[in-house]
Amino acid sequence: MASIKGSGRRGIALHTSLIAGVLLSAFPFYWAVIMSTHTSSEIFSYPPKLLPGSHFTENVRHLFDTVDFFGSMANSLLVATVVTFLVLFLDSLAAFVFAKFEFPGKNALFALLMLIFMVPAQMAAIPQFVIMAKLGWIGSMTSLIVPAAANAFGIFWMRQYMRSAIHDELLDASRLDGANFLRQYWHVALPVVRPGLAFLGIFTFMSQWNDYAWPLIALTNPDNVTLQVALSQLNGTHGTTDYGMVMTGAVLALIPLLIVFAVGARQIIGDLAKGAVRG
Amino acid sequence: MVVAEQTPPAVDRPRPATAPPRTGWRKHWHLYAAISPFYLLFLAFGLIPVGFSLYLSLHRWDGLGSMEWAGLTQYQYLFTDTDFWQSIGTTLIIWALATFPMIFLAMVTAVMLNSAVRFKNAYRFAYFLPNVTSVVAVAIVFGSVFSTNFGLVNALLQAVGLDQVAWLNTPWGIKVAIATLMTWQWTGYNAIIFLAGLQTIPGDLYEAARIDGAGPVQTFFRITLPLLRPTLLFVLVVSTVTGLQSFSEPQVLLQTTANESTFSGGPDHAGRTMVLYFFQQTFDNNDFGYGAAVAWGIFLVVVLFSIINWRLVQRRGEQ
Repeated sequence: MASIKGSGRRGIALHTSLIAGVLLSAFPFYWAVIMSTHTSSEIFSYPPKLLPGSHFTENVRHLFDTVDFFGSMANSLLVATVVTFLVLFLDSLAAFVFAKFEFPGKNALFALLMLIFMVPAQMAAIPQFVIMAKLGWIGSMTSLIVPAAANAFGIFWMRQYMRSAIHDELLDASRLDGANFLRQYWHVALPVVRPGLAFLGIFTFMSQWNDYAWPLIALTNPDNVTLQVALSQLNGTHGTTDYGMVMTGAVLALIPLLIVFAVGARQIIGDLAKGAVRG
Repeated sequence: MVVAEQTPPAVDRPRPATAPPRTGWRKHWHLYAAISPFYLLFLAFGLIPVGFSLYLSLHRWDGLGSMEWAGLTQYQYLFTDTDFWQSIGTTLIIWALATFPMIFLAMVTAVMLNSAVRFKNAYRFAYFLPNVTSVVAVAIVFGSVFSTNFGLVNALLQAVGLDQVAWLNTPWGIKVAIATLMTWQWTGYNAIIFLAGLQTIPGDLYEAARIDGAGPVQTFFRITLPLLRPTLLFVLVVSTVTGLQSFSEPQVLLQTTANESTFSGGPDHAGRTMVLYFFQQTFDNNDFGYGAAVAWGIFLVVVLFSIINWRLVQRRGEQ
């Protein structure tokens, strides 16, 4: 394994392999952008088109004529933002408890959480729909926001992260200073785990943004859909789909995610964590 | 690190009232209060639906008419259902083809990113790109990458004088295509998780190792890997759970080559994962009761494999 400082011959080798990885991981993405500039028949021609075409604006116009792109984007933004903040708060609070404290029933409660995490999400969809219908939430954004706020993955992630990032000495010291549980959570734990929170936040936002199976079921009102549901309606029956337009929609739908990621990515590097655990 | 070793929980409920000694929960009330919002949501939208699906699996129901008690017959049938066993095999093969390269590549990438001082943000951004892309877009891209007549992979094969492969029409081609898609989509994501784990390792340890004269390889196996074990466990469990529940990847990738329905998993059902089979039984056959039984079968397979993986990694690390 290369654990080298980025200088000299080893530094060049390092950057070369990293760039090769970048090309591999960015290529399909690049190709998606390329496809959004072609017509469907150009996309399925041989040899494959690797350079931009001239149909982007046409695809965009076609897309905006077919679906309410900005309306559904606003719905997606609302759902993804609210869910992200709920998940960050609820999961970090619970994960702090599981990572750093002992209490009766802790292991059983955590095991229960892990077991439910292993249940295929689709398995609960039918009963969930019935419960939502009883609560009268079907068709509203509440049906997307509330169940998503209970995110077992997030607790698992934050717990693993907190176990190594928050040192016990730090908590002991704050306890000696008279900090109660909430102060420890807010002033000691949260600042240390900001990179972990940033990752969870970005990932939650992203998976909410890209989710389409549940919104497709729960949002019965066609005027009130999220972006992915709107895009999935573009997938016509076999053979008639305008792939150029679908790809344009998929690529445009990425822009808010890229902005969120660019803003949050800075937090993922743990300089903060290093500074905090040193003392 | 207690998770998978627990016996399945039977009685404990999130409310403090059921925790054993009164003085115990009184002393810890703030901890229960802190986890209770999560567990209340979890009860309503996790546990109750799952309990209902257990009830469903003991009945025959077409989704419209009345339910009819079936007892354990659905499970008896499930046990002898060769299609279900085949879907388990398909899922495990795809999972293995995707997961091992993915974890290896992700770890190598993370170690490299952790030492590369310049352009760190740009690299992370590029490596994360595959994961932000929606599965519909990814599937269309990979459908054309692996297309027999127009595909990039076959164009490359021909360019070096090899024969074309009908990727989306042969049993192994389908599995390789799905696994490649999953590896592509998740390597950068896991690299960033590993990177976050690496960031929590104190720099002093590396300094001490360097003073003791340890080389990069020794440092990796003696310091990085052991201290990264919690992260590795996390990545492995999450990859097992999500990989064994893979659904949208084969569904979207193979829907245009499907011979019967969009849940059939392509020619010869070669890409029919367990969850696709669940969808086929539930929604194509309108057999909600049997679908629920299939879901519980999937659940058992996932739990079993998660425990095996967890144990393997943990034991090897302890010695």
